[in-house]
Amino acid sequence: MHVPDGFLDAPTSVATAVLAAGGVALALGRARRELDDRTAPLAGLVAVFVFAAQMLNFPVGAGTSGHLLGGTLAAVLVGPWTATLCLTVVLAVQALLFADGGITALGTNITLMGLVGVWSGWLCYVVLRRVLRSAGPAAVPAMAGVAAFLSVPVTALAFTALYAVGGRVPIPFEALVTAMLGWHTLIGVGEGVITLLAVGSIIATRPDLVHGARGLATARPLEIRTGASA
Amino acid sequence: MSSTPRRRVTTGRLVAAGLGVCLLLAGVVSVWASGHPDGLEFVAERLGFDRSAGEHAASGSPLSDYGTAGVGDARLSGGLAGVVGVAVVAVVAFGLMHLLRRRGTSDDD
Repeated sequence: MHVPDGFLDAPTSVATAVLAAGGVALALGRARRELDDRTAPLAGLVAVFVFAAQMLNFPVGAGTSGHLLGGTLAAVLVGPWTATLCLTVVLAVQALLFADGGITALGTNITLMGLVGVWSGWLCYVVLRRVLRSAGPAAVPAMAGVAAFLSVPVTALAFTALYAVGGRVPIPFEALVTAMLGWHTLIGVGEGVITLLAVGSIIATRPDLVHGARGLATARPLEIRTGASA
Repeated sequence: MSSTPRRRVTTGRLVAAGLGVCLLLAGVVSVWASGHPDGLEFVAERLGFDRSAGEHAASGSPLSDYGTAGVGDARLSGGLAGVVGVAVVAVVAFGLMHLLRRRGTSDDD
């Protein structure tokens, strides 16, 4: 869903750039709370994974494809502020090095995928976690998958809204909403599955590192520690 | 799983394994990625606003469109671009997160 240069007019591009800059500046400060010696390397890995996974377009039918956005995946694994930074790094490298997503549209893309994608997914996840609190860490991958699924059509709607305000070529709003929502609901299924698998693999190996699993009752087996003092 | 006193996977090993997976995805698996336009590109083509997209300012980049300039073989060109991309994102992201982290804290939040 990388917006190229020229889709949106200058005022809209500038407005989203300001929004993105504000969001990233805030995230630079807040991410500090989410990052420590243990989780910082995982955050680096999450950014790399989002980049790699975004290269893997999967077909969704009728000559269309989709790829992971990764915002929810990143937010559940390393926290939403850090996730915004992960997506920002990926989008900047893609725009500057790979000509993927316009340079004047970088603010738009960070707003869409790094802010709307991340935070809508995180919000869905938090609501699900509250409702299913008793399910414990085992339910984290599934909850992340559902939240990731929902975040894609939400992000598509955000693009549609931006286009309605500042699209350069006039397009009937209803046709745009229908097409964007339809395709991105399908793409959301892929987003959900990839997120479920990726979060599931970390929950299976190191549940203690997963930001979204904090505070969920862990049924820890008794372990014998040698040399521990009472 | 808990029959033997399981040794926890260290963060270092987890990250190393994860990076290996990412290199494989970007360098090899990406060859089989769908070449069809993505959801937004497809909608833009159908509704006719794709023509408003300008030439990309970085289209002269040696890695533009996930190919490596000067490498003829399409698989090698794409795979190489993926590996370079993974490396660049890794340097920037690990560096940034390392700088931002709180030092010396272990378990609290």
